[in-house]
Amino acid sequence: MFDLQWLLIAIPLASGALLLIWGKESDRFGHLIGTAASAASFVLGVVLFVALLGDAADDRSHATSLFTWIDAGTFHVEMSFVYDQLSALFVLLITGVGTLIHVYSIGYMEHDERRRRFFAFLNLFIAAMLTLVLAGDYLVLFLGWEGVGLASYLLIGFWQHKPSAAAAAKKAFVVNRVGDIGMALAIMLMFAQFGTSAIAAVNAAAPGATDAVTTSLGLLLLLGACGKSAQVPLQSWLLDAMEGPTPVSALIHAATMVTAGVYLVVRSNAIFDASEVARTAVMIVGLVTLLAGAWIGCAKDDIKKALAGSTMSQIGYMMLAAGLGPAGYAFAIFHLITHGFFKANMFLGAGSVMHGMTGPDGEGDVDMRHYGGLRTMMPVTFATFALGYLAIIGFPGFSGFWSKDKIIETAFGENLWVGLGALLGAGVTAFYMTRLMMMTFFGEQRWKDDIHPHESPRVMTWPLIALGALSLLGGVLLIGDWIVEWLEPVVGHGEHHELTIPAIALTVIITLVAASGVALGYITYGTRPIAAETPADSSVSVLARVGRHELYGNEINDAVVVRPTRHLTRFLVWFDGKGIDGFVTGLADRLGDTSQFLRKPQTGFVRSYALTMFAGVAIVVLCLLAVTLA
Amino acid sequence: MILFTIGAVGVLVRRNAIIVFMCVELMLNATNLAFVSFSRQHGNLDGQLAAFFVMVVAAAEVVIGLSIIISIYRARRTTSVDDASLLKS
Repeated sequence: MFDLQWLLIAIPLASGALLLIWGKESDRFGHLIGTAASAASFVLGVVLFVALLGDAADDRSHATSLFTWIDAGTFHVEMSFVYDQLSALFVLLITGVGTLIHVYSIGYMEHDERRRRFFAFLNLFIAAMLTLVLAGDYLVLFLGWEGVGLASYLLIGFWQHKPSAAAAAKKAFVVNRVGDIGMALAIMLMFAQFGTSAIAAVNAAAPGATDAVTTSLGLLLLLGACGKSAQVPLQSWLLDAMEGPTPVSALIHAATMVTAGVYLVVRSNAIFDASEVARTAVMIVGLVTLLAGAWIGCAKDDIKKALAGSTMSQIGYMMLAAGLGPAGYAFAIFHLITHGFFKANMFLGAGSVMHGMTGPDGEGDVDMRHYGGLRTMMPVTFATFALGYLAIIGFPGFSGFWSKDKIIETAFGENLWVGLGALLGAGVTAFYMTRLMMMTFFGEQRWKDDIHPHESPRVMTWPLIALGALSLLGGVLLIGDWIVEWLEPVVGHGEHHELTIPAIALTVIITLVAASGVALGYITYGTRPIAAETPADSSVSVLARVGRHELYGNEINDAVVVRPTRHLTRFLVWFDGKGIDGFVTGLADRLGDTSQFLRKPQTGFVRSYALTMFAGVAIVVLCLLAVTLA
Repeated sequence: MILFTIGAVGVLVRRNAIIVFMCVELMLNATNLAFVSFSRQHGNLDGQLAAFFVMVVAAAEVVIGLSIIISIYRARRTTSVDDASLLKS
């Protein structure tokens, strides 16, 4: 039964390949094939999951190996897959949310003449992400890791006729490569130290390794995770990635690529358990990103970029939880899943709003300052979006409430300051999401007369409704600590540190902080009129200005990395041109000159040769004479 | 010595291959003369022997040289040594 897990990957992969090579005649039904492939993977995922539930609790890890990938000397890599409690959850999330996004895309991309290709790329994305989470070997994982990088490049730059989209795709690709260096080095180090890159073997060997090894492994993996999950300092690609079609944003942010970093950390839990330093680094990165993302989210007027900042921030929560060690791994995954539901929901909702706000030029408006009062025009979008909103701010009972609450609670158990940071993040989250809601769905209408907002077609609203329901109900995973117990065989058991105040009191505090964020957002954006155009930088507060410029992340990258690198390459090009090429061609030129000089006497005239001979003989004779006489 | 110099200058300045050839012969004769006179001076036969060798070599050289000149003349209708410079560059 579990031998079939390779089919999970093979189905979307085959469908993607098919869509890419099949000619124009498949334009009419290509999107259906793509959606069906994703749905088939989902169904298979559910079947396997049910089968897994039927197993004994401590016997739920099923490894299969398709073939030997590399076998060179002592270097041995199996194309192996592992289906266990952790990958099972991911498979369901990826294929489930992925399928809903596929369905939504049928409507969203309806008028795009390259829709078939879009679905092919979506399938490729799903296949690569499934490879990543099912991999039983770090090298196989790396295959999926690069696969999602490629798919994201293709999808972010899908509207390649726009220079900004092409640039964004390139940026995402390049920044991800920086993280991949860490990943690649980590795999090499694993092999050098443990002689294998199989995940199970590495995790088994990690506790026995020296501190230096586990710490460097942990930090290198963290670098990889930072790149994929858009954590500080490799976050800059995420907001630019909004150039892609909206379903892509939903897929990248909710179910696939951005979550890969969290998955990596949790999957490599033995390494992080063995190294206090690496774990603290993960926690700090998570906390910093959590606050940075929230800050950016507060200042953006582009609805997708505000949501992207929010993703950064929520992934920061997950990293923070993962950095808390065994006590936090399960909650990181729990928040990842609930976030997958509500963020996909909100991204698709934003896409629906853009779809409704499409002007005469065919471009969907993304500026929230041009929205306002859309709740009556787009009731379904509004209702589902509101469910996502309540989930992300942690409204009691909604999925995000359970998952975020647990993370903050665990953070307080670890360290008061970390806990306070996470708590502040919750307040800011509530503030910027309220701002987004107010600007989009409430208040006066601010759109121009030639735009006619309307509800999206059913093919788009049904996935929204499904995701809305999941946003509401995602918390059931926590009933009776189910998810914690479920993941325990994979991530180990961790006791909470004792809290100084009862958990229920902390929950109340968190809820109050979130409520004050909502209140502040409502007062600022719900009761006062909103300018229809973005105010100039000079007229907003320093906080807003910095947030608007993404904390000057691009400028810092530019100054620290891009410009020095550019100068270095300029110098190298100059040196190559003048120095090395000059030396080589100069040498050749000198040789040529010499030979030109030498060929002059070769006139071909017998008499001149004869003269030379005579001269030579005369010289020899004279020399002989001189020697004899002397 | 005078005879040798006339021959050498002839080789260097004349264009006609036949003349050049005759000048070469002049030089050879000059050396032969020198050999014979040295032989007489020293009272032994070493010089005579050398002169004989020179004559043999000269005869062989003339045979080959003349046939080359004739074939060049047949092909190019000239015996100028400066025209036969095709191997240049």
